[in-house]
Amino acid sequence: MYKCIVRRLMQGVIVLLVVSFVCFAIFQFFGDPVLTLAGRYATQAQQEEVRSKMGLDKPFYIQYFVFLKNALHGDFGLSYVAQTPVLGLILERLPASIELAISAMVIALTLGIGLGVLVSLNPRKFVNRIIMAGSLLGISLPTFLIGILLIMIFSVKLGFLPTFGRGEVIKIAGNWRTGFFTIGGLRHLILPAFTLGLYQLAVLLRLTRGGMLEVLREDYIRTAWAKGLTVKMVIFKHALRNALIPVITMAGLQFGELIAFSIVTESIFQWPGAGNLLLTAVYETDHPVIVAYVMITSILILFVNLVVDILYAYINPKIRYE
Amino acid sequence: MIKVFKSKRFYHYIKDVSAVTGSLILIIMLIGAIFAPIIAPQNPYDMEGLYLEDSLKPPIWMEGGEAPFILGTDDQGRDILSTILYGCRTSFTVGFSVIIIAGIIGVTVGLLAGFYRGLLEAVTMRLADAIFSFSTTLIAMLFLGISKNHGIGTIILAIIITDWVRYARTMRGSVLSVKEEDYISAARAIGANDLRIMFKHILSNAIPPILVVAAVDFGAAVMLEATLSFLGVGVPINKPSLGMMISIGKNYIYAGKWWLVVFPGAALVLIVFGINLLADWLREEINPKIMKGKVGE
Repeated sequence: MYKCIVRRLMQGVIVLLVVSFVCFAIFQFFGDPVLTLAGRYATQAQQEEVRSKMGLDKPFYIQYFVFLKNALHGDFGLSYVAQTPVLGLILERLPASIELAISAMVIALTLGIGLGVLVSLNPRKFVNRIIMAGSLLGISLPTFLIGILLIMIFSVKLGFLPTFGRGEVIKIAGNWRTGFFTIGGLRHLILPAFTLGLYQLAVLLRLTRGGMLEVLREDYIRTAWAKGLTVKMVIFKHALRNALIPVITMAGLQFGELIAFSIVTESIFQWPGAGNLLLTAVYETDHPVIVAYVMITSILILFVNLVVDILYAYINPKIRYE
Repeated sequence: MIKVFKSKRFYHYIKDVSAVTGSLILIIMLIGAIFAPIIAPQNPYDMEGLYLEDSLKPPIWMEGGEAPFILGTDDQGRDILSTILYGCRTSFTVGFSVIIIAGIIGVTVGLLAGFYRGLLEAVTMRLADAIFSFSTTLIAMLFLGISKNHGIGTIILAIIITDWVRYARTMRGSVLSVKEEDYISAARAIGANDLRIMFKHILSNAIPPILVVAAVDFGAAVMLEATLSFLGVGVPINKPSLGMMISIGKNYIYAGKWWLVVFPGAALVLIVFGINLLADWLREEINPKIMKGKVGE
């Protein structure tokens, strides 16, 4: 097991190297930040000055190695636009994104698995068919549309919930500002969290239902019923545990999608998270911010995948990593 | 042709309410998109035909609605219905291009990887793992954000870069499962070469799962294009796109101009919902393990 984790970590480092190289290479070919920085009307001399100041006149491989060396020290350079260290910019925004992602994931996992089990017990029941049709609609609704529709219904029409920013936040430990402990913060969280979680909810619901339907037909479930176990025991201990295996895998695989769609959600709700920062950086051709964002998300994604793999071995004893 | 209508599969299809509903929705939307220049009351991208005094008109059945604008107009005075019809053209163009091009690339690579194994297989599968965990949406978003050269072609390219691995992965799986069958040995015994075995015998048996992937992928590509255009890294502002329409409409929801968002949104959802209904049916039709019945039947 430990051997496997170490091997995965080493693979992770290789993936990170590749990602950083690709990022870096792409930037060499697309968009010239000097134009953005010096302004469109800058003279040749001004442009050259900016170029040498930012180290953009060095050959490609030197720029890459300098970048790698600095990145290992947590230094991703200065933002072209804000002129402050990029890592600080992103770390300041990250707590907001993480809180949003966790809330969305909790909604998706609890409601998705819960409803999935409920539906699988009696697939022909009318209510359950409605739920299934709803889930199909759920995977057909793009995240940005869900967000806007929720705003239209709950804010514009009913005036229940705020749609803008994070509301009140309290500072805990260092730079971490949380919205979990204030009424205002929680009220601001509801709409974005549902927007981000709804698609995953629908996916996990359908997967749980499918898995349960397959498992419930197995012989060992019939045996469990036959020996007179309670419904709770059969469903949760015998059936769900086995049906959850693909669900957990999927939830892990969907983490990248979760990050992608958190960018969309943050832009709709003006959520002050890292995704919103990335979008601004894309519009402003702020390369260091984009590179740092990609690197940090890559590390997060690799970490989550590793955790999911370990969890996978834990719930499925058939899998034993050599 | 008659053979198709008499087949068991067609019988299943025509009996399945959701499959038929899905197809009908798609056919109607497709006809609307293809004949947009004829059906649409207005060409919304001909600046000469737009008048600012027509802007933000509500749908025709509401107070203030006017005759040619059945679903109202947007902030530039464009007829919403016409813009939707043109926007659907973009959606279908992207959807079909992606599944055809990514499908051909992915199926070929998957076929070779499954048949010859070795390095090609290892590289393809690792690449697929990496792409899946980074999410196709994120990669397309970054690609377009960096490249800054937006046309429909660039968007299609941004989606294909990652999308082909879906086909490659499914194809490889199918190849591995049929490769050891007797009829493959039989084909080899009568002297068929690798190419013939791959493209005639294996491919024809691996098509059904690829169809499911393509159907799901079509919906995903349409949604992705809309999302990218919504974020402002998709189609340019003077090109029709459902995502772009919703992005413009977003600015007017607090002013109560709901039709700018609701109608294009509905069109987008109908396309994706239609293809998902079809994909759902297809998946259950070719997978005998999932029964639609009650538990324990």
